[in-house]
Amino acid sequence: MSLIEARDVHKSFGTTPALRGASVAAGQGEILAIMGPSGSGKSTLLHCLAGIFTPDAGEVWFDGRRLDTLDEAARTKLRRTAFGFVFQFGQLVPELTAADNVALPLLLNRGRRRQAYDTARTWLGQLGLADKGGRRTGELSGGEAQRVAVARALALAPKVIFADEPTGSLDSLTGEKVMDLLTGLARDQGTTTVIVTHDARVAAYADRVIMVRDGLVSFDLGPADEPAARHAASPSSASSSSVAKAVN
Amino acid sequence: MSVPLTLLGLLEREPSHGYDLKREYDAFFGRSKQLPFGQVYATLGRLARDGRVVAGDAEPGDGPDRKRYAITDLGRDEVDAWLADPVEPEPHLQTVLFAKVTLALMLGKPAAEYLDRQRAAHVNRMRELTALKRKGALVDVLLADHALFHLEADLRWIDLTSARLTELQEAVRKS
Repeated sequence: MSLIEARDVHKSFGTTPALRGASVAAGQGEILAIMGPSGSGKSTLLHCLAGIFTPDAGEVWFDGRRLDTLDEAARTKLRRTAFGFVFQFGQLVPELTAADNVALPLLLNRGRRRQAYDTARTWLGQLGLADKGGRRTGELSGGEAQRVAVARALALAPKVIFADEPTGSLDSLTGEKVMDLLTGLARDQGTTTVIVTHDARVAAYADRVIMVRDGLVSFDLGPADEPAARHAASPSSASSSSVAKAVN
Repeated sequence: MSVPLTLLGLLEREPSHGYDLKREYDAFFGRSKQLPFGQVYATLGRLARDGRVVAGDAEPGDGPDRKRYAITDLGRDEVDAWLADPVEPEPHLQTVLFAKVTLALMLGKPAAEYLDRQRAAHVNRMRELTALKRKGALVDVLLADHALFHLEADLRWIDLTSARLTELQEAVRKS
């Protein structure tokens, strides 16, 4: 049973088609990675799934109801209450502190101030930023700022987190820490996570990986026990010997 | 790289003499290491013995062997199975994969589909290694990192090759 699904979605910008019949589904608690080269339509697909773009044709379903036919006000409400977002750049307010940034969406949802800041502190602590709550996010390192963004997305207790190139501006080790936290906490919370990335090492954290090319899903690689994954020929299971084999 | 299967693939394109086969092999696959004549004829002999090719009658002309070789149905099936089967994801696979992609284009077979299967095999292996990192000791994590970076480099090559398939198709087209 999928929580969020795109069915045969088409989307063009002017005369340029970005999606030409893309379909994908993610279940409750599933981590889905959308890969593809630049201009393949992968970010457009994420924006359609998140209700930011309305498809020209096709359907988007969330939690058993059509998302693409909702009016703008209803979609905005859904984005504020049921979805969390982590982007590569610019989603934090640099003049505000880390705690302010995490509490902000809770306050916008008419949460109580004290409760919002308590929740913010709890999530900042989960992301190893307990001592950074009072710092302006403009003064934080890239990795710290991205962890604040993850805390902000999770603090809403969303049903789905959408992440667009969440480690794109980070070095390898920092990016890995952010992915460990994002996927680890999402799994703990049972939060469905949709990640757009061109980085195969980021996609390797996902339960399901799809490749978008020329606006179409060119492969859909589910968990290892699904037929699609068997078709894709996975020759071995995870073990130290498989590591040694891959290295030698 | 599998020399017998590559020669079989070239013979699927069209029947050929050993000499022409060697020249064609060297032009596409033997740039850094050319194929010795002896190996070509020995391989063709084994392929004929095993029913993968048939040799025509000797033709007049210079050289040790003027037989024209043609692929059999058995040989054709073997080439098909080899092309469609993803290479085991490990570092330094490009030579085999390069040969498969080039032959697939020469034979008008779905090279993009084969590359997608290879990509899927790579992503699967990367997921296994990433899962291992989550619970492994630091030494295992470091080994997995090493493998992941190599697999990622392969994937970049696969992506770039996918983007160049049309160009490559032109380059390998029989003039």
